[in-house]
Amino acid sequence: MAARVGVVVFPGTNCEHDVVWVVEQLGGDADLVWHSDTDLSAFDAVVVPGGFAHGDYLRTGAIARFSPVMGAVGAFAAGGGPVVGICNGFQVLTEAGLLPGALQKNAGLKFRCETVACRVATDRSSLTHGVAVGTELALPINHFEGNYTCDAETLARLHDLDQVVLRYVDNPNGSVDDIAGVCSEAGNVVGLMPHPERAAEAILGSADGAVLLRALLTRAAA
Amino acid sequence: MEFEAQVEVTHLPGVLDPQGTTVERALPALGFTNVSHVRIGKSIRLVVDAPDAATARTQVEEMCNRILANPVIEAFTVTVHERERA
Repeated sequence: MAARVGVVVFPGTNCEHDVVWVVEQLGGDADLVWHSDTDLSAFDAVVVPGGFAHGDYLRTGAIARFSPVMGAVGAFAAGGGPVVGICNGFQVLTEAGLLPGALQKNAGLKFRCETVACRVATDRSSLTHGVAVGTELALPINHFEGNYTCDAETLARLHDLDQVVLRYVDNPNGSVDDIAGVCSEAGNVVGLMPHPERAAEAILGSADGAVLLRALLTRAAA
Repeated sequence: MEFEAQVEVTHLPGVLDPQGTTVERALPALGFTNVSHVRIGKSIRLVVDAPDAATARTQVEEMCNRILANPVIEAFTVTVHERERA
């Protein structure tokens, strides 16, 4: 059966239709979930897509994390369900405490919008399941606050527990340890700054994002 | 009673402050060559209706921990004083 993916929409989210399109191109079913909804029982996976949730006022993701849907996302994650936060979605998941660390302003104060090379650092996350460690993927980034940071103790734990999912080959934003994406201890919750949904068809310059989203659908359908 | 609270949110030591760094680099161009350690944070002011200052402070500190600041990367200080009647 096709994996059913819930795509969370806050006021200000702007990548939801890209995620829906790619999920359906890859044979999954996708539905939008409004931020005031609290029922995710129809889904096998949840994606928190990019954008500027609630205008990113105060801090990126700071307001969105208190949306009614985030309680349901937390419960879904606690039950082992795959949850992926892309870009602003990653920021929301860190603010919600579903992923460790935080995203701060890019070193150099530049908004970075370009395709970058990333390397898969673990194959145990719901987004990289079955993808060989070391696989290099060309993925677009599009952010001002993508500079991943955490304290030394958290970084050591990320290494010990194999929670780094993706690393930049050439660090574009100052992220500690070149981190582009991390996962929860269990591996089911993943956050990443690059946009796999914008690089899932060759006509867009790279189809490498499909590798990750296909892994998510496989994991979700299992 | 109404209490005015002022919250200062700053980056934790060691957390990158690109805005502070950029301003620090700009100041010598204006002739201020004796400046260092520029850090840029946020100032938040709010009025709390509470029975006493201690209660108001506790509430504002809880607001800081839950939403006004992100304790992973930010520190905060809270000052509370009784609001003067206009």
